[in-house]
Amino acid sequence: MDGSANIQDDFWEVAGRRFRSRLVVGTGRYKSLEETAASIEASGAEMVTVAVRRVNLSDPGAPMLQDFVPPTRYTYLPNTAGCHTAQEAVRTLRLAREAGGWNLVKLEVLGPPPFLYPDMAATFEAAAALLADNFEVMVYCADDPVAAKRLEEMGCVAIMPLGAPIGSGMGVVNPYMIRAIKAQAKVPVLVDAGIGTASDAAFAMELGCDAVLLNSAIAHAQDPVRMAVAMKHAVIAGREAFLAGRMGRDYKADASSPMDGLIRRG
Amino acid sequence: MEAATETGISVTVNGEERRLPAGTTVAGLLSAIGLAERKVAVERNLEIVPRSTYATVQLAAGDAIEIVHFIGGG
Repeated sequence: MDGSANIQDDFWEVAGRRFRSRLVVGTGRYKSLEETAASIEASGAEMVTVAVRRVNLSDPGAPMLQDFVPPTRYTYLPNTAGCHTAQEAVRTLRLAREAGGWNLVKLEVLGPPPFLYPDMAATFEAAAALLADNFEVMVYCADDPVAAKRLEEMGCVAIMPLGAPIGSGMGVVNPYMIRAIKAQAKVPVLVDAGIGTASDAAFAMELGCDAVLLNSAIAHAQDPVRMAVAMKHAVIAGREAFLAGRMGRDYKADASSPMDGLIRRG
Repeated sequence: MEAATETGISVTVNGEERRLPAGTTVAGLLSAIGLAERKVAVERNLEIVPRSTYATVQLAAGDAIEIVHFIGGG
């Protein structure tokens, strides 16, 4: 059996687009655009999140993200970072749609520091407004199965519960509910935020998630390009482990070597 | 008021006041700033300006213009 062929056949789909990589990466918090480009390439990601901001008029010739992370190669997923109301989110993503010409977006409406936890009341309102404006909405949300189901029923194309607060690197702190959200969902479920290292990403995939979205885990690693490679393999490993079906857990040992045929004294 | 020196208009671009010749189009503004049309999006008084109309949409005195682009984000 050719395992690599099986991996090639594995893909996930959102809004009619197919992706082989189950790693979605952010493009923020890098030291330079060169480092951003190198890390994203090393991660093998096909979809990247981006933010929408004012052009710096005093330095119009400054290099732009698009020059380093070409939208012809990667699917841009514009986000609503910094938006606190439905109106701001719609306004921002309308601009993104005009800049990029696509309507697949990441909705995130955050509460206050120190947790920047998803503001679900505002998220529902913004999701409704974006869906009414024909956006295809991948939505960052609380690890709340009731809220997740409601967002799906509203028409969101992917549900993205947090593993832990954004940029915390705490991993998947509530695997129970991530699993529950995935079990009930008919659209892709991505763990978004909180991933700290490769084992966290693998764990998220072992729970059955369709993909993992992370940014700081790579950008704030001591060696971002190397961590990007680690994440690429972690997501593949976690996915394969999920598909393989793990062995059961037991509190007692079960010897791996047969007890028959042991040599004996005498 | 008809004098040539009075024909300029004042608009706000990304929060900064800017004097422009009357009749300046969105394409003219982007060109004057030094921005590639295909890398930005433009909002005029809270309305998206479709890229296909940059060459024809003329700015009016008092317009509030936002010019945005994609940057790194999570």
